[in-house]
Amino acid sequence: MDIPTNIPIQYYLVFCSVLFSIGVIGVLIKRNALVILMSIELMINSINLLLAAFSAYNNDPAGQIFVFFIMVVAAAEVAIGLAIVVLIYRTTHSIDINVLNKLKW
Amino acid sequence: MNLTFVVFLIPIFPLLGFLILGMGFRSIPKKVTSILGPGTVLLSFIFSLFTFFNVHNFAGSPTQTLFTWIHTGSLQIPFAFLIDPLSVLMLLIVTGVGFLIHVYSVGYMKEDPGYGRFFAYMNLFVFFMLLLVLGANYPIMFIGWEGVGLCSYLLIGFWFKNHDYNNAAKKAFIMNRIGDLGFLLGMFLIFNTFSSLSFDQVFQQAKAMPMGDPTIIAITLLLFIGAVGKSAQIPLYTWLPDAMAGPTPVSALIHAATMVTAGVYMIARSNILYVLAPTTMSVIGITGLATALFAASIAIFQNDIKKVLAYSTISQLGYMFVGLSVGAFTGAMFHLTTHAFFKALLFLGAGSVIHALGGEQDIRNMGGLRSKLPKTYWTFLIATIAIAGIPPLSGFFSKDEILLHLFEHSSLLWIIAVVGSLMTAFYMFRLLYLTFFRSFRGTDEQMHHLHESPRVMTTPLIILAILAAFGGLLNLPEIFNGGNSLSGFLAPVFADSAVLVTPETPMSLSTELLLMGITLIVVLGMVFLAYFRFVKNEPELLPDGAKRPSLVQLMINKYYIDELYDYIISKPILWLSKVFHEVVEIRFIDRLVNGVGNMVVWTGNTVRFIQTGNVGFYMFIMILGIILILFLNILI
Repeated sequence: MDIPTNIPIQYYLVFCSVLFSIGVIGVLIKRNALVILMSIELMINSINLLLAAFSAYNNDPAGQIFVFFIMVVAAAEVAIGLAIVVLIYRTTHSIDINVLNKLKW
Repeated sequence: MNLTFVVFLIPIFPLLGFLILGMGFRSIPKKVTSILGPGTVLLSFIFSLFTFFNVHNFAGSPTQTLFTWIHTGSLQIPFAFLIDPLSVLMLLIVTGVGFLIHVYSVGYMKEDPGYGRFFAYMNLFVFFMLLLVLGANYPIMFIGWEGVGLCSYLLIGFWFKNHDYNNAAKKAFIMNRIGDLGFLLGMFLIFNTFSSLSFDQVFQQAKAMPMGDPTIIAITLLLFIGAVGKSAQIPLYTWLPDAMAGPTPVSALIHAATMVTAGVYMIARSNILYVLAPTTMSVIGITGLATALFAASIAIFQNDIKKVLAYSTISQLGYMFVGLSVGAFTGAMFHLTTHAFFKALLFLGAGSVIHALGGEQDIRNMGGLRSKLPKTYWTFLIATIAIAGIPPLSGFFSKDEILLHLFEHSSLLWIIAVVGSLMTAFYMFRLLYLTFFRSFRGTDEQMHHLHESPRVMTTPLIILAILAAFGGLLNLPEIFNGGNSLSGFLAPVFADSAVLVTPETPMSLSTELLLMGITLIVVLGMVFLAYFRFVKNEPELLPDGAKRPSLVQLMINKYYIDELYDYIISKPILWLSKVFHEVVEIRFIDRLVNGVGNMVVWTGNTVRFIQTGNVGFYMFIMILGIILILFLNILI
């Protein structure tokens, strides 16, 4: 496999960190449940990219294998997450997470 | 038949009886219980008789071991029985008198709903008593010792629906426990000194000890505390009068004939130790003599037929201890034997009277029963004459033997003991006269129901009356051409200590006769005094609260000993418990425990407001937490 060594590893690092931070901020400031789920996906994918990059630089395929596992888990998680969102919508006719504030104290 | 086998069979029968009756007392029909209860004791009696006739075969090896019970380090306790004349004598008393009382109970307890339970307890008692007298070492004896205490508790509180009876049972149990602690400490000291607890080894080693050795004195004093508790001597006697709460056959078997004499048996068994401890002997003598007088003086003014007999028992036990204290071991055992006969008879007679009067126990409400209950009257009369010490009935010989030994020791002791025995004669004849003479003082209804007891109850009375009358023949002194047969029989047991006792100059026959004569005259005087006061003249029967001279008042109230114990022991303990409860428990421990709980509740109440229900806030906190963990990872 052709290793893209012409791009330095620092670029990957900075890019992934920015992507991850966007995900975190998205989770924190968005009220739409779907967008929050998407932000979580963004965080997961930034991690996947970083794993793949390190795997390529270290000539160790284990990192890429691990990415597959994460993808599988993420797919399952999203399936459940979306199902919950659908149910929330059916009961509250909204996907705003601030509506879900009955469970407290 | 194998002799060892026979010996181990003796206690097995009552145990089996207890197990069968104890497990099936609800379902086993009364008729079966009536056969099973006394039957097991009868079998034991038959085997005891067999052992008695073969006791010479055991002379070589008196200790029969069944198995090793405890073996740890240097401590080895075999489960073994000791068969010698002393234990065989006790065997015959326990199973013989026990059997008669069981038969009597068949009639006495007939109407009682707890019939099966009663016989189960009685059989268990006989089992433990047999263990006590057969044990070849102190621990086995102690099992029996504790076991009879348990049965005593169960049977005093037999009618457990009555609160007072339960209290009486608890009192007996706790008082005995005090004594048992002494016994236990004595055993520890014995093991520490002789590194064995078997009678044969301990006594063998003790023989070599010097006279008045402090360790021996300590051992004997501790064991004596056990005897004081079990045999109801001063200061632990107050449980016995209260123990009369139990059914009358229980009083006859446990609190007159057998269990309360366990202390006497134990000291007679350990005679070598006691002979080596003159200090202890003096303590025993003083305790016994004081108890004999004290209890007799209380008995004079009691109005409950069973209470009179209870104090009389305490007093007679005092005589046995006095006998032991001057080294008259045979005399004490002889008095124990005759006492078992006549006191069991007195209690059973009293039971027959109570039965006839439908539960009445106050002698002020009796009288004139002579013609209504002839068999009870005649047997009661024989027992009364026997206990008063009028020849030729058994009590005269046994008490006289103790008195003579006392005289050899000191004439002052003899005078005190004679005073006690004339009090005995007075209160016993007072009891007899008030119960059976003059006219009936109870209600018309009771008068109408008066009846002689059924034959199942009177037959044991008659047999015991014969024993009480002729029991004296067991050890007829030489002066009456007797062979001192009991002394001869028991001699091997007391042989070692007989050597150690400084032989007193044997008194001349004329002195002996003179002493007997003096005793007899004062006793007869008391009988006539009682006759004049209670039969010839209208007896002075005052109600409970009546005003009396202060000395009499003192005796009626039993010298306020119960009240004294209440003030110096029970009240302070209750007060201390109250202080601990109200101060230490409520103010400190409760506050600490409740404080911890309150703090948790308060914290939870405060912190729960963090749970706002806002999902965004939760996620913010979560991420903040993750960042914090990351930073901590870097920092540390």
